[in-house]
Amino acid sequence: MNLNPMEQFAIKPLIAEPLFAIGGHPIYFTNQALLMVIVALASSLFLTLAVKPGALVPGRAQSMAEMSYEFVGNMIHSATGEDGLKFFPLVFTLFIFVLCSNFFGMIPGSFTVTSQIAVTLALACLVIGIVIVVGFAKHGLGFLKLFVPHAPAPLLLLLVPIELISFLTRPISLSVRLFANMLAGHTMLAVFGGFVVALGTAGGILSVLSIAPMLLIVGIMLLELLVAFLQAYVFAILTCIYLNEALHLHDHH
Amino acid sequence: MEVAAAKLIGAGIACIALVGAGIGIGNVFGSYLSGALRNPGAAASQSTNLLLGFALCEATGLFGLVIALLILFAF
Repeated sequence: MNLNPMEQFAIKPLIAEPLFAIGGHPIYFTNQALLMVIVALASSLFLTLAVKPGALVPGRAQSMAEMSYEFVGNMIHSATGEDGLKFFPLVFTLFIFVLCSNFFGMIPGSFTVTSQIAVTLALACLVIGIVIVVGFAKHGLGFLKLFVPHAPAPLLLLLVPIELISFLTRPISLSVRLFANMLAGHTMLAVFGGFVVALGTAGGILSVLSIAPMLLIVGIMLLELLVAFLQAYVFAILTCIYLNEALHLHDHH
Repeated sequence: MEVAAAKLIGAGIACIALVGAGIGIGNVFGSYLSGALRNPGAAASQSTNLLLGFALCEATGLFGLVIALLILFAF
């Protein structure tokens, strides 16, 4: 039996032949692509069908959809103010996609899309790209004032490079935070799962003891569900904060 | 053989990042609690900042994990 805790993150092509090739590099339909399709379809279908009845007194599904809508709306409003609300579709899509990927990954035997740095880095680069485009579109070259904090001139020599570096590392920190959280959580679950198998097959009194890591897994699972929600929330709120800086520069100080 | 051993040692050392993350998370929740007990009225409005601080702290520890994984699997 293979007990390698990293095995669950392996990407395998589901169809043996590549779908097409870009520049001689074959593109396969992998288990990751399948999960991404499932997540996108399931979340958009649920959100569309749930609000379809449009009942005055919402049922369970409808109030879930409406609550998630309101939750993200309040989050954007509190972080960016009134004019950030035009980015609602972006932030809501990101939040729901990351949340559903995290939750689908919690189903035993499935695959966690967000445990792949390729996916999270693509999402983070999308966010930072939009922030840069929005900043330059709104302020023109004045957007560069973002890197010049209010400080005495000699200090600026030190502060401007720091601000610049901290801006440039944002896509990395945004993506690695999500990726590392998911990777660490699922690795931990797999390691504790390995304890159960190892103790259970040891025989005698040790087999009985294997119930202890089993119970621990249930607790870790609950913690991971919290982390799954929290990381989606953090990803969305950091998107809002970055957008706020692009929209308002240092006005809020 | 020595390289393999050095890799494992390096990956273990990379986990020291958790010290800082632990101190940070403890500080975030401890400060929130002491602030919330002094001024319970303002506590609810700061839950966003609490979760944000927690997530930012936790991520620094996980960067250590990433370094450990890079040492183990990428080199």
